[in-house]
Amino acid sequence: MIWPVLTALLSHWRRYPLQLFTLTVGLALATALWSGVQAINAEARASYDIAASTLGEGQFDRLVPRDGQPFDQTVFVDLRRAGWRVSPVVQGDLNGIRLIGIEPLTAPGALLPINAANSADLTAFLAGNGLIRAAPDAVAALSGLGQVIADDAIAPGTAITDIGVAQGLLGKAGLVDLLIVDPVQPMHQPSVSEFAPELSIQAARSGAEVGRLTDSFHLNLTAFGLLSFVVGLFIVHGAIALAFEQRRAMVRTLRALGVPLRLLVGVMVLELLGLALVSGAIGTAMGYLIASLLLPDVAATLRGLYGADVANGLQFRPVWWVSGMAIAVCGTMIAAAGALWRIGKMPILSGAQPRALALTGRRNGQVQGWVALALLAVGCVLAATAAGLVSGFVMLAALLLGAALALPVLLAWVLGLLQASSRDVVAQWFWADARQQLPALSLALMALMLAMAANVGVSTMVSSFRLTFVGFLDQRLASELYIAVDDQQQADQLFGVVSGHVDAVLPIQSAREAIAGVPTEIYGNRDHATYRDNWLLLQSGPAPWDAVAGGSGVLINEQLARRSNIWVGDQILVAGEAFEIQGVYGDYGNPLGQAVIDEHRFAALFPDELPRRFGLRLDPEKVGPLRERIGQATSIPQANMINQAGIKAASLAVFDRTFTVTSALNVLTLTVAGFAILMSLLTLSAMRVPQLAPAWAMGLTRAQLGRLELLRTCFLAVLTGVFALPLGLALAWALLAIVNVAAFGWRLPMFLFPVDYAVLGGLALLAAFLAALWPAVRLARTPPSALLQVFSNER
Amino acid sequence: MNVRFVFLLLLWPLAGWAQGFAGLGASDPSFARPQRGYEFQFPRDHGAHPDYRIEWWYVTANLTGPDGTAYGVQWTLFRTALGTGDAVGWATPQVWMGHAALTTPDAHHVEERLARGGIGQAGAQGNPYAVWIDEWEMAGSFDAPRLRASGVDFAYDLALSAKGPIVRHGDNGYSVKSAVGQASHYYSQPFYEVAGRLMLPMGEVAVTGQAWLDREWSSQPLAADQSGWDWVSLSFDDGSKLMGFQLRGAEVFTSATLIRPDGQAIPLANGDLSLQPLELAHVADRNVPVTWSVRVPDHGIDVSIVALNADAWMGTSVPYWEGPVQVRGSHSGVGYLEMTGYTP
Amino acid sequence: MLLKATNVHKSYTAADGVVPVLQGVDIGLEQGQSLAMTGESGSGKSTLLHLIGGLDTPDKGQIWINGSDIAALDDAGRATLRRGTVGVVFQQFNLIPSLTVADNIAFQARLAGRHNAGWTTELAARLGLVDQLAKYPEQLSGGQQQRVAIARTLAPRPRLVLADEPTGNLDEDTAAVVLDLLLSLVSETDAGLLMVTHSNALADRLQSRVHLRRGALG
Repeated sequence: MIWPVLTALLSHWRRYPLQLFTLTVGLALATALWSGVQAINAEARASYDIAASTLGEGQFDRLVPRDGQPFDQTVFVDLRRAGWRVSPVVQGDLNGIRLIGIEPLTAPGALLPINAANSADLTAFLAGNGLIRAAPDAVAALSGLGQVIADDAIAPGTAITDIGVAQGLLGKAGLVDLLIVDPVQPMHQPSVSEFAPELSIQAARSGAEVGRLTDSFHLNLTAFGLLSFVVGLFIVHGAIALAFEQRRAMVRTLRALGVPLRLLVGVMVLELLGLALVSGAIGTAMGYLIASLLLPDVAATLRGLYGADVANGLQFRPVWWVSGMAIAVCGTMIAAAGALWRIGKMPILSGAQPRALALTGRRNGQVQGWVALALLAVGCVLAATAAGLVSGFVMLAALLLGAALALPVLLAWVLGLLQASSRDVVAQWFWADARQQLPALSLALMALMLAMAANVGVSTMVSSFRLTFVGFLDQRLASELYIAVDDQQQADQLFGVVSGHVDAVLPIQSAREAIAGVPTEIYGNRDHATYRDNWLLLQSGPAPWDAVAGGSGVLINEQLARRSNIWVGDQILVAGEAFEIQGVYGDYGNPLGQAVIDEHRFAALFPDELPRRFGLRLDPEKVGPLRERIGQATSIPQANMINQAGIKAASLAVFDRTFTVTSALNVLTLTVAGFAILMSLLTLSAMRVPQLAPAWAMGLTRAQLGRLELLRTCFLAVLTGVFALPLGLALAWALLAIVNVAAFGWRLPMFLFPVDYAVLGGLALLAAFLAALWPAVRLARTPPSALLQVFSNER
Repeated sequence: MNVRFVFLLLLWPLAGWAQGFAGLGASDPSFARPQRGYEFQFPRDHGAHPDYRIEWWYVTANLTGPDGTAYGVQWTLFRTALGTGDAVGWATPQVWMGHAALTTPDAHHVEERLARGGIGQAGAQGNPYAVWIDEWEMAGSFDAPRLRASGVDFAYDLALSAKGPIVRHGDNGYSVKSAVGQASHYYSQPFYEVAGRLMLPMGEVAVTGQAWLDREWSSQPLAADQSGWDWVSLSFDDGSKLMGFQLRGAEVFTSATLIRPDGQAIPLANGDLSLQPLELAHVADRNVPVTWSVRVPDHGIDVSIVALNADAWMGTSVPYWEGPVQVRGSHSGVGYLEMTGYTP
Repeated sequence: MLLKATNVHKSYTAADGVVPVLQGVDIGLEQGQSLAMTGESGSGKSTLLHLIGGLDTPDKGQIWINGSDIAALDDAGRATLRRGTVGVVFQQFNLIPSLTVADNIAFQARLAGRHNAGWTTELAARLGLVDQLAKYPEQLSGGQQQRVAIARTLAPRPRLVLADEPTGNLDEDTAAVVLDLLLSLVSETDAGLLMVTHSNALADRLQSRVHLRRGALG
């Protein structure tokens, strides 16, 4: 019995392939949006994990030379013989590849990327035969240097070999760059300074630093992914409901002919499952395509922003296959649950006319209005009180859901007002008709609103980030030229060359220490107008710069202030000495705390830390000639001289990449929302004819009716857009002021971008127009006989 | 799988039982082979023999605290050559592995170290006498070395002092390991007296006692079918000592040396020594005999040995059991028991 | 007795309260007999037919078909009844628009597991549908569609055929032809026929008739 039923159900698609197409495409688009965002996230995350595991960056304490120069490997042997479990690392650039030499017998277990090595490899690795394990993208550059084996587990652009081999290849025979400190140490050991005074210990970072930095970007993408999921659910719901409405008559006939309800529902579930799997596969593949098109940009964005390596090549990961298929299947089933339930409840004898998608009666509308109001109230309360990441996201969810539920109620109200205030009969009919269509269109309009709100929110956030960052660059990169020196000798050469040619030489020196429990970089700044003029303080005492110059004051960054809840007027200890906080400054994107004290106090507290970078203030016109003069007169390489304008340009280029990704995702979301509208209108079109026939009979031409249909959809889209704007801004505010603070400890100022919003609104209108065009044209071409039939068929 | 584990599969293959315990049965003709009739040359032979594939310096000590508590200390340095040749620096084929253990009646502390030869992190030389890996060392003079090791939760620092002569096992130090002729060079210094201190999580303990050094090198000491061994070194209260082992294979092969109080060595032939398990303990997911009957009927020795701490499992890259024992029966005394090749 | 309904009650809830449709109807039909049920619009004749066809359940009373009480059946049981024992010819034909005529004719027999190619071919021939088999229902005239529906109903050889104004949507000439075919095929298969009609002329062609007035026989 299953077979004839399934055949009958499937014959519908064979007869009406267009409906099958819209359903499949709808499902596939929703899946694609979801899996595309997920793919970008997953790919980037996986790349960080590899990057983080290569060299266990951040996992282990390290001993690094104070002077930054490679040191003799006997230091390693001496430390081992003194009871320190350390492991040597030598690293350097070879043909553009980062080559890392490790010593596998002493390296802490989690450090090694050569898990896959078989014993033969390892013999070669140890015995100095030149075995190199390299990331797949690094293999070519190393060919001819030994036996190079591609290894997916190694970070992009990186290769790993035995320390002995690496020393040879890098020309660092007998030298090492740093020592990794095993977390397991014997119970007694002398202090490092006794045996290796030239080394200083660099504490392990809690959590990979790269990960923390890039998390900010990924949180945004994740939020976008969630929104796209919601939008996707709406569209899937629309697509499924359409499929069910269109086959209502057939379902009735099948039941009348003796198909048991349970069997029928079961077969329909089976059919949906099959459809979901096919569409899910198509959608996931589309997502892959989207991701692979966007990923080069994302990779560039992350590399530029944070120096994190993301492989450009996208790997088809099982995890997002599974997640894509799961979203297609779960989304389909969630969306289908209501339709199946209605099929189950549908009396066999009820009318075979397609009904509206969601019949929101007057009473339902009121309930919905109250629920929406309650959710919005929860959102507002949380906005005032939310402290953590979870409550931030709950607030976002309440806001979005509340707004979505409120939309039909608000639209009905507005349309009611318009209807009441129109004099013209056609106008009255137009508004009344629009109101009547509202329940059926509301899901699609909700999807459109959420899509627009998401786009407004994300655009605002990204643009605000950009503006803030530009301001931040102006503040931080105030000097015209930055120069890094290797040692004191170079520094002295530099002073000799520049004296008299620059307005000021500002040393940049820092040390690391925990302040109030937060890992903090402490800077010793010279008292100079550069800082006084350019630094924006979020909070400040009466004369912050004077207090710092006087030696007793300290400025701290927002991260440190928020994390330790210390503000202006509080005291902190730096290297054991008390300072009073005189100001708090914005420090965007930095995961660490930062504190600024006077350079003389700094020199007294950290006598070992000598300035290695200098900012030079001079006429921007003279930067070029001065660079050349320094290059000729000192041993400082050009690479160590950085033109401030260059940094700014590079930083801004990175943001423009981010914009590419964001706008591509914007267009995609709107496409999906437009598709939802299209499908709702197609569903409606069958029942539109009887509704429009009286208007036609009373003298409106079919072309007029078609135009009015188009106009009505566009008007509803505009109205939806008007409601979406404040929602999007609320979304952006929540992301910037609540979620970002909870996740990263700094708050981004929010800026408004009316032109962007107008463009977005235009795009949304275009999407709605395109979606409504075809149904309207179809309507305009409805043969008069079909309209006449409405009257003759009336029973 | 940990890389180090993979590495040790190669060096001392755990899975390769068919090749004898820890691969000691595999043969490689390019390494030097022990020769019958070789005369030890000291102090040179106290140092490393890189032409041979494997070598070890093996110290076990039975110690007593001020309150009479018994302790055991193990200090071992293994050397293995991944290949022949005399490359220097990181390219050397020499790899070193150190094991240190400290056994109390209710605890057993273990630490392992690995090192490459060629850069000074580990090594062994006869003159001046020094055997070391990282901060662990046995150094000073062969007759009075200082022995030190430390781990996460223990450390020891012992002064050793030889009160008797070096003992050569087998045929003047040529020790046969199987019926088909596998052999090693093998000598001992079983007469060390010890004074020093143990650092335990609870604090420091001053100890005295005796220690036994085994020195052995070879390129293939086991036959391919031998899967492990049971080895004892016993010091009887009357001043005599017994070193004995059995190699478990298709047939059990035994070898032993009875040492008179004056240091005279009496080599015992295959079959003269009988080692019979009396009691098993469940250790590290396997059953390991921790009480044995040890008999040398020709010399009136019939004792049982009981582990001080049955849990003396060496959970190192190559796992085995090694711990101090108490001797009861025809003779009484103390000693060390080592058992390899017991699988879960 | 093939069909026996006693004291059947049924009412519907409408916007202005509960409307009683059937108020204690008794009816009976023997194997091979035909019975016409007449009455004005709203007299409850279609409702009674639907109850007998297992498309709906009575509020009160029993309906026996072949000795079993269908009021006591669950949805699956009633579906089984509709598949094999009872066949319904609807006024609106209720063909499956996406299946060809041939598939529509065979559909119910396939559902019932009683598909017989010879019989369906004969039915198609008798009903003059041989040239239409590859077409879709929307390509047929109303009379042709109703012939397809009749063939579909008779394909599994039901014991009882229910017809709800089977010619109500057809012009007079077509109606006469279709009715002739229905009657002769039903009598050939020895099934019972219960037909609802408001036409006395049609009712007269059946062996007996009952008249419903405001939910009761009269």
